[in-house]
Amino acid sequence: MIINGTEIEETFAEAFGMSATRIIITAIDAKWARIAGETMTGFATSVIGCGVEAGIETELSPEQTPDGRHGVSVLLFAMSGKALAKQLETRVGQCVLTCPTTAVFSGMQGEKQMPLGKNLRFFGDGYQISKQIGANRYWRVPVMDGEFLCEERVARTGAVGGGNFLVLANHQQQALTACEKAIVEMRKLPNVIMPFPGGIVRSGSKVGSKYKGLMASTNDAYCPTLRGLVNSNLDNDIGAVMEIVINGLTDEDVRLATRTGISAVCELGAAGGIKRISAGNYGGKLGQFHFHLREVMA
Amino acid sequence: MSMPTLKLRAPLNRRIDMSPFIPELIADKSADEIARIPVWLGNRQVDTGELFEISGNPSEVLLIQSESDKLDMIGAAMKQGSILVEGNAGAYLGCAMAGGEIRVTGDTGTAAGCAMRAGDLAVEGNAGDFLGGALTGERQGMRGGRISVQGDSGDRAGDLMRRGTILIGGNTGDYCASRMVAGTIIAIGQCGRHTGTAMRRGTLITSNKPASLPATFNSNGIHSLSFLTLLRQQVATLAGFSGLTEMGVEVERWVGDLSCDGKGEILIWQS
Repeated sequence: MIINGTEIEETFAEAFGMSATRIIITAIDAKWARIAGETMTGFATSVIGCGVEAGIETELSPEQTPDGRHGVSVLLFAMSGKALAKQLETRVGQCVLTCPTTAVFSGMQGEKQMPLGKNLRFFGDGYQISKQIGANRYWRVPVMDGEFLCEERVARTGAVGGGNFLVLANHQQQALTACEKAIVEMRKLPNVIMPFPGGIVRSGSKVGSKYKGLMASTNDAYCPTLRGLVNSNLDNDIGAVMEIVINGLTDEDVRLATRTGISAVCELGAAGGIKRISAGNYGGKLGQFHFHLREVMA
Repeated sequence: MSMPTLKLRAPLNRRIDMSPFIPELIADKSADEIARIPVWLGNRQVDTGELFEISGNPSEVLLIQSESDKLDMIGAAMKQGSILVEGNAGAYLGCAMAGGEIRVTGDTGTAAGCAMRAGDLAVEGNAGDFLGGALTGERQGMRGGRISVQGDSGDRAGDLMRRGTILIGGNTGDYCASRMVAGTIIAIGQCGRHTGTAMRRGTLITSNKPASLPATFNSNGIHSLSFLTLLRQQVATLAGFSGLTEMGVEVERWVGDLSCDGKGEILIWQS
């Protein structure tokens, strides 16, 4: 399959089942809502080292938030509900509770619930106030700029993490430009995040390492500077490879994001230096979800 | 198909205990079966059919038509279904109610919604004393659910209230939120004297400063509280309370009662 001169490789992305949740952070203005969202989703690129993968899903207008203020919705993904709950509580406690003017609410409904403000309330040292409004319980925690309002519980759901595609280009700048273009389009979609810096990964990894205890190491088959040393997957004209990793609430969300991203990249096509689109997998034995690139783009 | 309807035949000179007529107990009963249910009239029992004209078919919705204020315990301990009272209700309306919905187009007597646990109780007229209060001898009043009164309420609304929401569209009597343990009361009109006496926790929100507050309440200043937005969105959809959409989030806050824990709050909307 070739789109606009760019080859779509006959391969697939391998993704995993994860637990995910969505929270809504609001603040006095869009700037402070984004600051809170960016802070709590910092150091959340990969569960391997960060415990959680998280990102800002979208910015919300006052009409879209529970308390009528500017906000952001944040998606968090972890390998288990327990790990997700721990990371959520830590990050909201350290990054949202501390951020001026913020409030935090559940962003999804569901039967599986976990604490949001249930334990954070104890920061109020006995002066916290519970408010049952409709079917939901909220906590008003006194803080130095007024009150931190947070919903007691948030739902979690099964999700898909680790969808991906690789952009193989002649030069580094061409790969980066193409990935940036893809990210702009993909961020318009609901229910997905691209958790790496700016949505783009330059250090794709393979499982294992020559060093004991290291779970992952550089994806040598896609490193241009290792061509000729290892069993490389790169032709001589490939100067740089960048990867976009996609986490979504459903496999359909990941599929749509993959298609949207690759389509955006292929608009630049061979003329833009984009030679090939590939994907990362582990032979199909580890992840439950397989996204075959040619099927996705058909 | 029409809902089961109990229409009072004649004015009463004694009070009636209406607690047998809740949806879960009569939902599968025909009009004849309902007519044979014994009810206490003063110190003697009579068949329901002697006091009420009964019509309609089995349903989880019950209609009571009465201008009497002597029909006590309507909807007491009900868990599901609906009761519509066209006219007035007596004392203990929705007492210990644990679910379902009651709507009264007229007034209700004392202790409406007392010991209520869940459900929705709406009164289009006025309510008596001890709205959402406690049963005599009990230490907790209303423990959940929502009461809305479009008119005025009597004294001690929310006395010993533990959880839930009470909305009062008109004025409240004296000792509103007295001995309140938790929960939320919104009183749009004027609150009477001694509001918040012995209030331990909980929130009373009102449009005007009460006629008097205990000396054991302290001023806490003017604050913008964002939970009011959520509360306003929730209750402004109720009949008679659409005016709440105009209310902002800025309030004058009083905290107390410092004679007993002192973690209650009285919020006065700043218009």
